[in-house]
Amino acid sequence: MSTGNIQEYNGLWVFVEQRDGTPAQASLELLGKGRDLAEKLKVDVTAILIGHNVSEMAEELIFYGADRVIIADDPIVKDYRTEIYADILAEQVFKEKPEILLIGATCIGRDLAPRISAQMNTGCTADCTELDIDKEMRLIVATKPFFGRDLMADIICPLHRPQMVTVRPGVMELKDQDRKRQGELIYVDVNCKEEDIKVKVLETIRAVSDSISLEEAEKVVAAGMGVGSKEGFEMVKELAELLGAQIGATSLPVDEGWISEDKKIGQTGKTIRPKLYIGCGVSGAIQHSAGMINGKLIIAINTNPKADIFNFADYGIIGDINEIVPALIKELRAIKG
Amino acid sequence: MNIVVCIKQVPETSDIGWDPKTGSLIREGVEGILNPNDKNALEASLQIREQHGGVITALSMGPRQAEDTLREALSMGVDKAILLNDRIFAGSDTLSTSYALHLAIKKISHFDLILCGKESWDAMTAHVGPQLSELLNLPQLTYATEIAIHNNSVTIKQKLENGFRMLKTSFPALITVEKEINKPRIPSMESIMDAYRDKEVQVWTNEDLGDDKKHFGLKGSPTQSRTVYIKKVHKGKVAMLEGKPDEIARNLIQILKQKGLV
Ligand SMILES: Cc1cc2nc3c(=O)[nH]c(=O)nc-3n(C[C@H](O)[C@H](O)[C@H](O)COP(=O)(O)OP(=O)(O)OC[C@H]3O[C@@H](n4cnc5c(N)ncnc54)[C@H](O)[C@@H]3O)c2cc1C
Ligand SMILES: Nc1ncnc2c1ncn2[C@@H]1O[C@H](COP(=O)(O)O)[C@@H](O)[C@H]1O
Repeated sequence: MSTGNIQEYNGLWVFVEQRDGTPAQASLELLGKGRDLAEKLKVDVTAILIGHNVSEMAEELIFYGADRVIIADDPIVKDYRTEIYADILAEQVFKEKPEILLIGATCIGRDLAPRISAQMNTGCTADCTELDIDKEMRLIVATKPFFGRDLMADIICPLHRPQMVTVRPGVMELKDQDRKRQGELIYVDVNCKEEDIKVKVLETIRAVSDSISLEEAEKVVAAGMGVGSKEGFEMVKELAELLGAQIGATSLPVDEGWISEDKKIGQTGKTIRPKLYIGCGVSGAIQHSAGMINGKLIIAINTNPKADIFNFADYGIIGDINEIVPALIKELRAIKG
Repeated sequence: MNIVVCIKQVPETSDIGWDPKTGSLIREGVEGILNPNDKNALEASLQIREQHGGVITALSMGPRQAEDTLREALSMGVDKAILLNDRIFAGSDTLSTSYALHLAIKKISHFDLILCGKESWDAMTAHVGPQLSELLNLPQLTYATEIAIHNNSVTIKQKLENGFRMLKTSFPALITVEKEINKPRIPSMESIMDAYRDKEVQVWTNEDLGDDKKHFGLKGSPTQSRTVYIKKVHKGKVAMLEGKPDEIARNLIQILKQKGLV
């Protein structure tokens, strides 16, 4: 399959992921961002929603920024399965020819987006941190941090449609609902038999999490490689506990195995917007800062006065965490009595 | 059970340059290593072969030096190794990489399973597995933390944000693996020597893939980097807290108190 005449493509689409009838927050964030981008192009925003008994959600999608919602509602697509979801989406894309397709880079989104890009023979830019429109060329310009330090790339897809982009959850801000917005609901049929679907879902096991997730935390203390060792890490964790903060980390302590993967902050981890962020021995590489730059009050403790993190911290402490963190712990204990 | 494992050579450090004209990363001359996550795919294939027999082929597309990566796969125990290497492949995005790999897999022809890492640590797109599945018209099972082979089917435990799913499909299929699926074996000195001395890495070019050139490399890549630049984030002026650690600590806690954060 090929793109054909790219002039025929028009409009911006957002794939809305849902589980058990609740839309993924990443999709709602993209509806809001998509609205801004679509206004620059003077086109409509279409949400495409696949699932079973999902119609109730459709109105909410309009409040979040959609002008139209295409709904494929059928028991056969109750659970996400790559091929059938990709086929439904591709069929609609072929029919309606949107110029842009945005997908949240959740587990499901990252499974689906590349499959569709291959099916449509078009480009997909993964894990973008900024999106903009080049009005003259009618292109979406997708910015992503690249391999290495502070290297950014602006990626375009000039000759293929739709231009596909994925964005991690939390990267775009969730806009408020506008309950006055109105839009159109379009129902499409699902023509598929269970026998034709090759993958079966035997079981779904939900994990119950006992701690507040990083994204929800009001205060986050992040440990970087400057903590030096597991002991240093534990010390920083104690500081977090005393502050009533969640502990997070850059990618290196995660790689060391000092903390689990779901506590990683940054481009390939969580994107957070806490009221307080304290970086302990964090250099501030763009892959990390992409995930915390929107924190309200950013505090950095680092031995190197030239560390990047001081470029965007509100308060900076040039010092060794082995001296500063114990002093902070002592002070906090003192006031707690 | 015949298995193709797709493996990628990635730069060892993040200090690499880029070509200002094309925006492509310059991989030439940079020390390369086997993508860590692909070792899990290799290990998974070896464990399957131990139980069910078969032939494992490791496949990689990349510069000539990616041969080392394939030798490493041979030393771990795979049976065959193929490198796709041609100037034309340079500058490929994920789609044209997948395109070339899919032609090679079709040429290998006899396979029951394709294994990939979930993602490579330089690009980290996790695109190639799903794109290959589409191009080969295979069911895709992503993010596997367990694989179980049955007579006519395979099941995996798929890791998602909020839990797991057990998925089942028939052969042939493509699976991408998470790093927690296994602990890759470390080859002995002897098997490393063997891999370099006695084993062959086949090199296939564009001609072996027998397709017209427009699908490969920069030309065959729908995405292009328009600009690559250094970006420093500046948010305004940072206020430095100075003094002895005790003073700094008192000062900072005071500030947090005032803001209602302690
Ligand atoms: C494709 C890709 C994706 C990535 N995604 C992410 C991501 O999502 N999240 C992420 O965090 N990283 C990510 N990275 C890695 C990222 O590029 C950086 O390598 C990482 O963020 C650096 O972590 P760091 O600041 O803890 O370590 P370092 O860069 O090693 O910095 C440690 C800092 O600690 C300071 N220090 C040392 N000793 C002390 C001491 N005793 N007291 C106080 N300060 C001290 C040093 O001056 C230095 O500034 C990614 C990389 C790639 C290639
Ligand atoms: N050039 C390549 N040659 C062989 N396999 C690759 C190549 N690029 C990616 N892969 C495979 O696809 C997986 C995902 O890579 P990526 O899409 O780059 O994140 C890797 O873990 C490999 O298994």
